Amino acid sequence: MLYIERWKLIVIAIICALGFVYAAPNVLLNRTDGDSASNLPFYVPYRTVNLGLDLRGGSYLLLEVQTDVVVRERVASLTDVVRTSLRESRVRRRNLKIDGQGVSFELLDPSRVDEVRQQLRDEDPTLQVDTTPEGLVRLSLQDEDLLELRRSAVNQSIEILRRRIDETGTREPIIQRQGDERIIVQLPGVDNPQRMKELIGQTAKLTFHMADTTTSPAEARQGALPAGSIILPAQDDRRPNEAAEYLVRKRIIVGGESLVDAQPNFQNGQPVVSFRFDTVGAQKFGRATQQNVGKPLAIVLDGKVISAPVIRDAILGGNGIISGTFSTQEVQDLSLLLRAGALPAPLTVLEERSVGPGLGADSIAAGKFASMIGLALVVVFMIACYGLFGVFSVAALVMNLVLILAGLSILQATLTLPGIAGIVLTIGMAVDANVLIFERIREELRNGRTPVTAIDSGYRSAMRTIIDSNLTTLIAAIVLFSLGAGPVKGFAVTLAIGLITSMFTAVFVTRALVIVWLRRTRPKALPI
Amino acid sequence: MKLLRLVPERPNLNILSKRKIAVMFSCVLVLASLAMAIVPGLNFGIDFRGGTVLEIRTEGPADIAGLRSQMAGLGLGDVSLQRFGSDTDVLIRFEKQPGEDQTIVIKKVQDTLGSGVEYRRTEFVGPTVGDELKEAGFLAVIFSLLGIFAYIWFRFEWQFSVGAIVALTHDVLATVGLFALTGLEFNLATVAAVLTVAGYSINDTVVVYDRVRENLRRYKTMSMPDLLNLSINETLSRTVMTSVTTLLALFALATFGGEVIRGFCIALIWGIVIGTYSSIFIAVPALLWTNVKPVGVSDAPSNDGEDGSDETGNSLPATT
Repeated sequence: MLYIERWKLIVIAIICALGFVYAAPNVLLNRTDGDSASNLPFYVPYRTVNLGLDLRGGSYLLLEVQTDVVVRERVASLTDVVRTSLRESRVRRRNLKIDGQGVSFELLDPSRVDEVRQQLRDEDPTLQVDTTPEGLVRLSLQDEDLLELRRSAVNQSIEILRRRIDETGTREPIIQRQGDERIIVQLPGVDNPQRMKELIGQTAKLTFHMADTTTSPAEARQGALPAGSIILPAQDDRRPNEAAEYLVRKRIIVGGESLVDAQPNFQNGQPVVSFRFDTVGAQKFGRATQQNVGKPLAIVLDGKVISAPVIRDAILGGNGIISGTFSTQEVQDLSLLLRAGALPAPLTVLEERSVGPGLGADSIAAGKFASMIGLALVVVFMIACYGLFGVFSVAALVMNLVLILAGLSILQATLTLPGIAGIVLTIGMAVDANVLIFERIREELRNGRTPVTAIDSGYRSAMRTIIDSNLTTLIAAIVLFSLGAGPVKGFAVTLAIGLITSMFTAVFVTRALVIVWLRRTRPKALPI
Repeated sequence: MKLLRLVPERPNLNILSKRKIAVMFSCVLVLASLAMAIVPGLNFGIDFRGGTVLEIRTEGPADIAGLRSQMAGLGLGDVSLQRFGSDTDVLIRFEKQPGEDQTIVIKKVQDTLGSGVEYRRTEFVGPTVGDELKEAGFLAVIFSLLGIFAYIWFRFEWQFSVGAIVALTHDVLATVGLFALTGLEFNLATVAAVLTVAGYSINDTVVVYDRVRENLRRYKTMSMPDLLNLSINETLSRTVMTSVTTLLALFALATFGGEVIRGFCIALIWGIVIGTYSSIFIAVPALLWTNVKPVGVSDAPSNDGEDGSDETGNSLPATT
C-alpha cells in the first residue's frame, strides 16, 4: 500500500526549506558588496556561491621555485667556507672546485688531513666531510639539509609573495603550495594581470657595490677582467647617456635584506625610491661611502645595474635614494618589492590564465540565460509528455536547482563556467529518474494494476535502476574531480552535487507530491 | 489532455536483428576515428600542447588582416587568428616559444596592441604543464573506465561489465573522432566532456542492463535474443525521453552559453547521441556474444536457432 510516514514528509519538507534558506543569499545579497553580508546576524546564512576566476575575472598563476639556484648558491658558498677556514689555519690546498652538491680540493700536505677534517666539522657540523689518505677532501651538503634548503626556499617564497600581493590591495588572494616546488597564486578581480605578474615574478634582489673604475667594461671584456670584479649590464637601455655595461666589484657592501623601508618619492621632479637601512646596514653603508667619496656606487637589482651615482658625501644616516629612469608606476612597484623583500630564488611561470572582468560577466549572463532556456524547454517537454506528473517532476527539478545552489554555497565549492554547463546538463539529466519512474508506472498500468499499486511498484522497481545508473555517473564525476585542474574540477563538483540532489528530489520530493495528491483526489485513473 | 508520445506505447522493434549492421557501422566509426586521430590528428589546445592564447575585443569590427600582420611582425613563431563569436572578438594563438622565457608573448602583444583593445582572456601553458595535463587527462579517462567496469562487475556479472566497457570505449573513441574530423580544439574541457559522455552513456546502459537482469529472472525459458529485444523495447521510451531532455538542455547551452564552452557542448551533444545508440546497439548485443544465461539455467547447449551460435564461437568463454 502506498503510504508515507508523517516524519518522512517532515524531513523532506525541512530539507527543501533549508535548501531555499541557504540558496537565498545568492539572490538577495549583492555579491560585489562584501560588507552587506557581515551586517547580518550570525545565524542567517550569508555564504554565496564562490565564483571561479573564469566568471568573476582574475588571474591564475602556477609558479615554480627554481630551488636549484638556491642549492647552487649554497654550494658555491662552501668554497668561501673552505678558503677562510684554511687561511686561518695556514693549510695549503689546490684544485678547489664545485663538485656536485659539494666542493672538493686537495691538500698539498696530506698528513694534515685529519686536522682539516676536524676543523671543517667544527666550522659547520651539518656538513659532510669525506677525506682520503692522499689528501683529497670533499665537503658536501647532506641530503636532508638540501631538502630542507629547498623546502624553506619555497615556504619563504610563498611568504614573500603573500606580502607583495597584500601590499597591492588585492582582495581574497589564494597562495598555496602545490607539490614540492610549485606555488599556485589566484588573484580574483585583478584588472592588470601583467603588472601583477611582473610584481610576483621579479626576484627583487637589491645589492650595493662599488663600481670598479680601474678599467672600462670594454677592456675588461678583452680579457683584462680585474680579480674580484664582474661585468653587469645596465638595467635600462632607454638611457642614451648612460653606459650599457658596468664593471662592478663583486663584494656586496650592503644588501636589500638590510632595508627597513622603501617609499616612492620625487627628486627634482623625477620619481625616485627613497629607502632606509637598519642599524647594521646603515653602519656598513656609512663606512663604505665615507671611504669612497668621489667614486661611483653601483645599485644592482637582480644582476642589472639600475644606476651608478658618484658618492658626493658620506651617507651616515642610513637614508638614501635610488634614482634611475623610472615612471611613477615603476617607482611604486620597486618600493613595494623592496619593502616585501627579495625572493630566495627566481620563479618561473609554468601556467597562466587570466580572464578580464568583461568576459567573466558575459559568461555569467550567457550561462544564466542558457540555463533558463534549457529549463524552459525541459519544463515544456516534460509537461507535454507526462501532464500532471510532468508538473510534479518540474517542481522537483526546480527544487533540485535550489538544492544545487544551496549545496554549492554550503560547501563553498567554486562555480566555474564548465560548472554552469554541469548544472545545465543536470537539468536535462535530473528528470531521468522521474522518466524512469513514470515509464514504469505506465507499464504497470498497462499490466492492469490500479493507480495506487502502479505508483507504488513504479517507484519501488525504478529505485534500484536509479541508484545504479547515478552511482556509475558519479564514478566519472569523482575521477574528473581528482583530475584536478580548476575549471574542470568545478564542473565535476556541480555534476556530483547535481547527481545527489537530483536523486533526492526525483525520488523523495516527487513521491511526496504524488502521495499527497493521491490522498486528496483519490483518482480512478492516472493522467499519465 | 492528450499527452505527447515520442515512442509508441508498446514498441516491438527487432533491434537485435540489426546488430550485424550496427557492429559494422561501429567498427567503421571507431577505426575511422582512430585513423583520423592519427592523420590529420587532433587539434590540441594549449592545455596539452603548450603555448599562448589571447582573446581580445576591439572597438568596432576587428581588422583581422591588420592584426595578423602586426602579430606576425613580433617574430614569435606561428600565430593564428580567428574571429571568436562576434565581429569584435578575436582569438590569437601562439605556439610555445623556444627557450626559457615563455611569458614574453603576452607582454609583447600587449605592448604592440596597447590599451585600445580589451584583453578578455589571456592564457599561457608551459610545455611541462602541457605534458602533465595530457597525462592526467589520459589517466582520468582510463581510470574512470576501469572504475565503471569494476562497479558494473560488482553489481551485475562480468558479461555485463565487458559489454558496458566495449560500449563506453566505443563512445569515447567516437567522440575523439568527432574532434579529429571537425578540427575542434581538443583541450582539458574536452576531456571533461568525454568523461561526462562516458558517465551518461553508462547511465543509459545500466538502465537497459537492469531490465535485462530483471527479465532474466522473470522469463527463464525465453531465448536470449527475444529477451534482449524485449528489454530494449521496454526501456526504449525512457531512453529516448531522457536523451531528448538532456539534448534540449544542451542545445540551449550550445546556442546561448557563449563561445568559450561551445566546443564542450558540441562534444556532449554528439556524445549523448552516440552513447544512446551504443547502449542499445552495442552494449546489449554484446551480452549475446559474452553468453549471458538466465539465472539458474546451467550452461546447456542452446537449441535455439536465433541464439546466434556463429557469434558465440568468437566470444569469451562463459564462466556462469
